Formats: sequence, structure tokens, C-alpha cells
Amino acid sequence: MGWFLIRGYAILVYIFMFLPVAVVVLLSFNASQFGAFPMTGFSFRWFVELAQNEAILRAFRTSVILGLLTALISTTLGVLASLALVRYRVPGANLVSTLLIAPILVPEVVLAVALLLFLNVLGVNKSFALLLFGHVIFTLPFVILVVQARLVAIRRDVEEAAMSLGASPMQTFFQITLPLMLPAVLAGGLFAFTISFDDITGTLFWKPGGVETVPTQIFAMLRNSISPEINALGTVMIVMTVGLPLLGAAIARQLSKKSG
Amino acid sequence: MSSVILRNVVKRFHKFTAVHKTSLEIPDGAFVTLLGPSGCGKTTNLRMIAGLLDPSEGEILIGGKAVNNVPIHKRNLGIVFQNYALFPHKTVAENVAFGLKYRNVPKAEIAGRVQKALDLVQLPHVGARYPKALSGGQQQRIALARAIVIEPDVLLLDEPLSALDANLREDMRVELKRIQDQIGVTTVFVTHDQSEALAMSDSIVVMSAGRVEQMGSPDEVYNNPASEFVANFLGASNILPAQCSTRGADGAVLELAPFGKVPIPAEKAQRLSDAGPAKLVLRAEKLQVLPQGAAPEGVITTPATVETVDYQGQTVRYFLRLGDRQLQAINMIDDKPFEEGAAVQIGFRPKDCSALPGEAE
Ligand SMILES: Nc1ncnc2c1ncn2[C@@H]1O[C@H](COP(=O)(O)OP(=O)(O)OP(=O)(O)O)[C@@H](O)[C@H]1O
Ligand SMILES: [Mg+2]
Repeated sequence: MGWFLIRGYAILVYIFMFLPVAVVVLLSFNASQFGAFPMTGFSFRWFVELAQNEAILRAFRTSVILGLLTALISTTLGVLASLALVRYRVPGANLVSTLLIAPILVPEVVLAVALLLFLNVLGVNKSFALLLFGHVIFTLPFVILVVQARLVAIRRDVEEAAMSLGASPMQTFFQITLPLMLPAVLAGGLFAFTISFDDITGTLFWKPGGVETVPTQIFAMLRNSISPEINALGTVMIVMTVGLPLLGAAIARQLSKKSG
Repeated sequence: MSSVILRNVVKRFHKFTAVHKTSLEIPDGAFVTLLGPSGCGKTTNLRMIAGLLDPSEGEILIGGKAVNNVPIHKRNLGIVFQNYALFPHKTVAENVAFGLKYRNVPKAEIAGRVQKALDLVQLPHVGARYPKALSGGQQQRIALARAIVIEPDVLLLDEPLSALDANLREDMRVELKRIQDQIGVTTVFVTHDQSEALAMSDSIVVMSAGRVEQMGSPDEVYNNPASEFVANFLGASNILPAQCSTRGADGAVLELAPFGKVPIPAEKAQRLSDAGPAKLVLRAEKLQVLPQGAAPEGVITTPATVETVDYQGQTVRYFLRLGDRQLQAINMIDDKPFEEGAAVQIGFRPKDCSALPGEAE
């Protein structure tokens, strides 16, 4: 009886969490003028309109470019930082590690305002570069956590064996260490991309005037009206932010299946 | 192939000295074992030879050249690690070929040399597999193949057999020795297993607490230990306080109560410089437990009591009471062993003993 209640309760929680998402997806295929029930028919109309909306396309392009750059920079920095922390035992490694992870622990609003104020003091204007910088700071901890965990599991003697066989430290890194941590590097990059892609809090503070990402664009559109286009956009966002990590996980699994 | 020389090498980790001033000479083509208890500095020495650690003091020479400033990847060494350290993302053949890529070996030649190395370790058909599809023993053979295919100047092995189970370990021991004989590479082998050391080595370096206690052939370290530590580390020994009454060119005479006079041959008394306090070293296997009243030719005997009997199948280990002292004897079982509490005669032949200097009281 007790178990029955708990199970029922759990199901209710899931419904509460996922029903709105399901509604959005469902309504995005609604043929009606209004983004609300009742459904009047099945149609791709809103997706077509979405694809023709200049503002949304521009926001989409901005988000993708921002996400890709964030992923690229975060992953590179994250790999280097993890190497330094795990392999080279830099002095004060614990402190550095904590500082690098800190952005996860600080509320995003605080981080956003702090960065903005700091750059204000320095007299730097808002720009796309600043937005990118913010996203990198914000996604770096995730990359470091994932990559570090993997690097710790790579035995040092495998690298030593490579060097004893004649590979220089650099060759050892590219031949042995990097391939072995590739699944984590890819996962970290995907994380960074998706986090950047659907971030809104920091982005609202950091973005220069006139630049919109997909989330800020939705936010702006919502202020005027609830157009069914937004449902379609929401569906696209869901597919991207859920689908990409799943795809990444599948690739990572495939890679590590080979190397064990 | 090359000799390895350590000259006054010291290794400190912060304030802790892991290796005290050590000088060693490992001749070209020899199989030398570093033997000692856990933490005595064996791995530290090996890693310094490998170039994975820098000595705090002293010089290391390989093939007559100082290598202190030569990084590991330029030393041309073959290293076999305790946990194999195969590259998990490369096939067995790619693993073995890895070192050849950095030696300008023509592509056409690589496959042939890899195959030859795999044949040598008797795993000719596993080239296409990934390491995790091999058993522990097979992985260790591949690790060995990978290390020797590059024709290293020196082969370094850090407890390569300790991750294997007992039977496999003995097979691999024979195998490893066969391969080493065949290619004749100078080999430094680290172990804390004395039977491994005795079975495989041309020469054993017994270490304790960062110091070399003795370097010699297995026969020398076993039968003529340089210190009490060596005597006890290689099997069990009885160390008995005695008095040296005569020390001459043909040996020494030790007074050992209650046995009497024990003449020690010259080569086993070389560590005793003068008459005076001494210690008599008697291996447990050389102490005979005899029926009461027995007095075989050439054996010095005295009566004693059996305290404990530890039956081990082919052999038996006795703990014997002799006055206020306890002695250990390991004898072959002939007929059936003595029982606990039995009054027996114990004895030994003087030529089975060796002498060490004793502390003055
Ligand atoms: N990087 C290090 N930092 C500090 N101390 C170390 C370091 N490496 C080794 N030591 C110390 O040096 C001593 C010798 O270590 P070493 O690894 O050479 O022992 P070993 O003889 O190989 O022992 P084992 O049989 O357990 O492998 C040990 O007391 C160890 O704690
Ligand atoms: Mg060791």
C-alpha cells in the first residue's frame, strides 16, 4: 500500500514536470491560429513560419555560433586546466581547482552582474566577445569536471610506457592521453554547447544591444504575444538540447567500447 | 646492449631519503635483480635508471655514457610495468609497433618485426586483438614483446610477475629467463620475491631501507650472506652469538655454546676481521634434527627439545628449544617427523655455516 502511494506520487511529479513540455510539443503541430487548445488539426505550418522569420533565424545563427565557439574555447581550456591540475601537480592545485569550479556554485545572476560590473570598472563595453567570455566562464567548470574525472582514471604508467618507447611528451599526449580522454572531451564540449545554447540569465546581462540568442528571442517574443511559433521554436530547442547530449553519450559509449 | 652504472646515487623526496648513497655496476648482458622488502627503494632505483626520476645526487651511466640529462624517450630502454601498461585503444600489433615508429624503421619492416616479437613471446596470433581481450599473463607477454622489439640497450622490469597468479608466475619466470638468454639484453629486474630472484638472476642486489646490503650471485647471497638482514631475508636463518678464538688464513674457529668449537672455512669467514665477538649464521635447512644419541660423521651435535612442528608436506619446519634460545630447522621428511615435546639431537656441519662480526658486549 505504502509503495503504491509512493509510486503514484512519483508519477504525479513526473507528470507535473513533463506535461508542460509535452503540451508545447503537441501545440507546435496545432493548425489553429492560437497557441492553445483545442487542437484543430495537425500541421507543420508553424515550423514553416519559423523558418521564414528573419529575427528567429538570426537568433538561431547567433546561438549556434556562440555555442560552437564556447564549446571550442571551454574544451581547450578545460583540457589544459585538467592536465595541469591532475598531471603536473601545480602548487595550490586545490585552490585553483575550487576557483575554476566556483562558477557552478555561485548563482548565475550574481556571476552575471559581477562580470558586468567588473568590465564596467575596466571601461569595457558590452560586445559579442564579452558574451562569449561569460559563456566560457560559465561552462568551463562542467568541462573540467568531466575531463578531470577521466584523466584521473588514465594510468600514468601508460604514458610512461609510451615515453620509454621513444615518444616525446608531446607525442605521448597526442598518441595516448588525448585519444584515451576523447570521450570525456567530446562530452565536455557537448555540455558546453548545450549549456551555452539554452542559457538566458547571463545572456540577458551580457549581450550587446541588437544581438539576440534563441532564448532571449523567445523571451522578447513572449512579451508581445504568445504566438504558436514559439511552441514550434520550443520544440526545436527541446530536440537540440535533449538530442545532442544523447547523441554525444552514444558516440562516447561507442568510442570507449573499442578501447575499454 | 650496455652496462648500467650507478655512482654515488642518492634520491631524496623532500626530507625523506629513499635511496642512500648507492653505487652499483651492472655488467653488459647480465640479469640483475633488485631484491628487498616493500619500501626499500627498488622502484626508485629503477625509475632513476629509466629517467622517470632525477637522482638528487650522483651519476647514472648507461653504456659508459652519463645519462642524467638524457630524457627517458631518448634513452632507448625497454620497460615492463607491473600492471602491463598496454595502450588500451590500440591493437596488440599497434602496441608492439609503437616504439618502432619513433626509430625510423621502414614501414615494410615493421610488420615483420612485430610478428617476430609476438612469436618470441609465443603469442603469434593475437595481433589484431585489443589488450582487454587478453588474459593477464598474455597481456604481460605483449608488454614484454613491446619492450624488446625496439632492441633496447637495457630492459627494466618492475615486479612484472606480481599481478599474475602463482602457477602462471612460475611459467612466466621460465619464459622471461629464456627470452632474456635468447636476446642477451642487460636486464634489471625488481622483485620482493626471493625465490624469483634466486631462480632467475646472474646477480642479486639485496636492498634494505634505501641501502644495498649485498650484491652477489644467488649462491653467494644465499650461502654467504653479508649481513643478518640478508641471512633472514633469503629464507630463515639462525643467528647465534659466538666468540671467535682463532682467525687465520685458512678460516676462523668460533666457540659456540653448547656445541663447542666450530671451524669456519676461509671464504665464509671473510667478513670476520679479527678474533673476538662474532655471529654464526646457520640456515634453517642446514640444521639437522636427529634421533637422540645420533652423532653422524662430521656433524657437531647437542641435545634439544622439539617445541613446535609445522608440517609442510615434503618438508617439516621445527622450532627447537635449546636452553634459553629458540632455533629453527627445516628438514626433508624421511619416514615421519618428530613429535612436539620429543627430546632430539640437533646438529650441523661447520662448512654449512658462515660467520659475521658480532657486537662487542
Ligand atoms: N614520489 C614520492 N614521494 C615521496 N616518497 C616517495 C615517493 N616515491 C617513493 N617514496 C618513498 O620512497 C621509499 C622507497 O619507495 P620505492 O617505491 O622505491 O619502494 P619499493 O622498494 O619499490 O617498494 P615496493 O616493493 O613496495 O614496490 C618508500 O618509503 C616510499 O614511501
Ligand atoms: Mg616498487
